[in-house]
Amino acid sequence: MVLGIESTAHTFGVGIAAYDANILANENSIYRPTAGGIHPREAAEHHAKVAANVVSRAIEKSGVKLSDIEGIAIALGPGMGPCLRVGATIARALSYKLSVPLIPVNHAIAHFEIARCSTRLFDPLIVFVSGGNTMISAYEEGRYRVFGETLDISLGNCLDTFAREVGLGFPGTPILEKITDKAKEFIELPYTVKGQDLSFSGLLTAALRAVKEGAEIEDISMSIIETAYAMVVEVTERALVHTGKREVVLTGGVARSKRLTEMLKTMVKVHKAKFGVVPPQYAGDNGAMIALTGALELKYGITMELENSFIRPKWRVEQIDIPWYYYYKELR
Amino acid sequence: MTFHGITTIRNSDKIISIGAEAVLVKIDWYGLPAIMKIRVRKEYRHPTLDRFLRTKRTISEAKLLMEAHKIGVAVPVLYDVDLKKCTLTMEYIEGVKARNVIDSMEQHELRNLFSTLGYYVGLMHRAGIVHGDLTTSNVLITERGPFLIDFGLGSFSNYLEDRGVDVHLLLRVLESTHYRVAKRAFEYFIEGYRETFPDIVDELLNKVKEIRMRGRYIIRKRT
Repeated sequence: MVLGIESTAHTFGVGIAAYDANILANENSIYRPTAGGIHPREAAEHHAKVAANVVSRAIEKSGVKLSDIEGIAIALGPGMGPCLRVGATIARALSYKLSVPLIPVNHAIAHFEIARCSTRLFDPLIVFVSGGNTMISAYEEGRYRVFGETLDISLGNCLDTFAREVGLGFPGTPILEKITDKAKEFIELPYTVKGQDLSFSGLLTAALRAVKEGAEIEDISMSIIETAYAMVVEVTERALVHTGKREVVLTGGVARSKRLTEMLKTMVKVHKAKFGVVPPQYAGDNGAMIALTGALELKYGITMELENSFIRPKWRVEQIDIPWYYYYKELR
Repeated sequence: MTFHGITTIRNSDKIISIGAEAVLVKIDWYGLPAIMKIRVRKEYRHPTLDRFLRTKRTISEAKLLMEAHKIGVAVPVLYDVDLKKCTLTMEYIEGVKARNVIDSMEQHELRNLFSTLGYYVGLMHRAGIVHGDLTTSNVLITERGPFLIDFGLGSFSNYLEDRGVDVHLLLRVLESTHYRVAKRAFEYFIEGYRETFPDIVDELLNKVKEIRMRGRYIIRKRT
């Protein structure tokens, strides 16, 4: 049994997972800024405040005894320094107190693993879209390789910022999708695909300018959504053809989007591949995915010494060996 | 024969590939073997956006192909354009995709390929053309040397940024798909590039570094 801690951005989460990928607890507390985007220090303060409570809730709900916990998994990055430090401090303390190893987990890879495990699509092309990330990745020869990503801001950031700036509130994506029904006209906005990579900052600026110049909010909302999603689906399709994978999974906070799911499903069908979406409770940042990935890593002996448990704010997925990749197939 | 609602394909024609963006069909163009590139409708896209993207890309690709040909880059000769159907008809190039043979190449073949490629890309960049999708799938190896194909995401630009993205894309594909030879291949590429566009090589390499860093910073800055 592994206890995992997530604290890379706005969520402080604790999950408990067994080696057979069974999730026993998934408790999360999300920091909501009163105005503007996430302030790293305020988010960190939130995490410090709720940490003890979230940890005990997770242990209670799982029904496991402290002595059953064999490792503490911690998301060391990528993420915001102040937030990462809170999670890492708590993980170190727990590991020391329980005398069990610390397990380093990459936040993005945890999103991949929870998606593979929950959709039971074990060798997929992964579309990871959230408030912090936009990445198309797939496993090849020992590691996850990146087949496309954003060159500037993330998809979730683009849509959330737009919604916030025009006064629609947070989280922006579901609100935007809701009002697109009332849109009358598609308005052309910058569509920026550079080979396999994406750029959303020009789209955001142009959409905000259009609203300022008097365009209907519904029209722009529909147009920004349609444009941004089409960009993601296009690079996914290119990566699918390029890698020859037969499965596609959607993961990350924006995986809750109905429209993006529908568009990807339509595209994937043309290529006769399988498609899956991570369940909503595992879409946004959560502790369960860290615990699950930690359990897989512990199975393969991946741990770290307390003295080396530095946070890694810019940790890339390509830097990490994935010896456990085929483990799920053995489980099946 | 119908494909994605398109009925221009005759029975004698042969579908060469069904790509992410377009269907390639080998046809007979008034006695010349030719490739017709059909930008198919994408069901998932908003119809207005779909029409806009397909038309824009067809026009842009036609212009880029003509210009690249003019300055001496090995590209297929353009025969015909149909904007209603969003099709381009061009010279048929006999060859294999670089992507499929790179990993089994001898050192000197690798050097030949990538220095020639660098030479061509340098020529294009100097003439204000960026390819936009510089991957090893878009290079055909032929008896006449490597050919650059698929200018579908290309553009006319003199920005260092766009040139940097071109080279960044190539480097990314090398690292993700041909990781065993990536480092050497890229060195050869720059060697060739230096021949046709020496003035900007240093700036360009710095830009590529910067673009790569951006992909990393984003995670820290915007999570």
